[in-house]
Amino acid sequence: MLDAETLRRYLLDALPGSEVELNDTTGTGDHFEARVVSPAFTGKTMVEQHQLVYAPLQPWLKSGELHALALKTYSPEQWKKLGPR
Amino acid sequence: MDPTLKAHFDETVKSHPIVLFMKGNALFPQCGFSARALQLLQPLGPVHTVDVLADPNVRQGIKDYSNWPTIPQVYIHGKFVGGSDILMELAERGELQDLVAAGGK
Repeated sequence: MLDAETLRRYLLDALPGSEVELNDTTGTGDHFEARVVSPAFTGKTMVEQHQLVYAPLQPWLKSGELHALALKTYSPEQWKKLGPR
Repeated sequence: MDPTLKAHFDETVKSHPIVLFMKGNALFPQCGFSARALQLLQPLGPVHTVDVLADPNVRQGIKDYSNWPTIPQVYIHGKFVGGSDILMELAERGELQDLVAAGGK
């Protein structure tokens, strides 16, 4: 079980300069929704963007501490164009 | 992974503009996510479907090949695009048709 703040800090360390918004969807610390806007995503396909987010979380995903993460990812340019919706 | 299987996947994803690895087939999808993926893709052109339930080697193999843990999986012009969440998001943004239209460029 994780808390949103721990997860958020972890993602910010892995993806410097990002904007991370997290929502604990069940209140049980293992299902989260995340919106990540990161300069690291520029020029990447969506699957590459998601993989960049998942990579640092692998230990938690493997251990089952983190069960599900619904992801929305945007480069700053995409976010400016598409969000907030 | 098994080189024969890898070669088979290479060949499959290169031979068709849109390839969907799904549970069931286009007539009888066996999973809601697969059915949804199919619905999003079909308006964009012919979809070549591979039923992962038909062969356990393919079912596990495609996950290793794509380095992606779930089915369905979509390839457009030989390139791995993602699973059902990504597909839906791309469709919402209107970027899915761009990918197909781009012809892999």
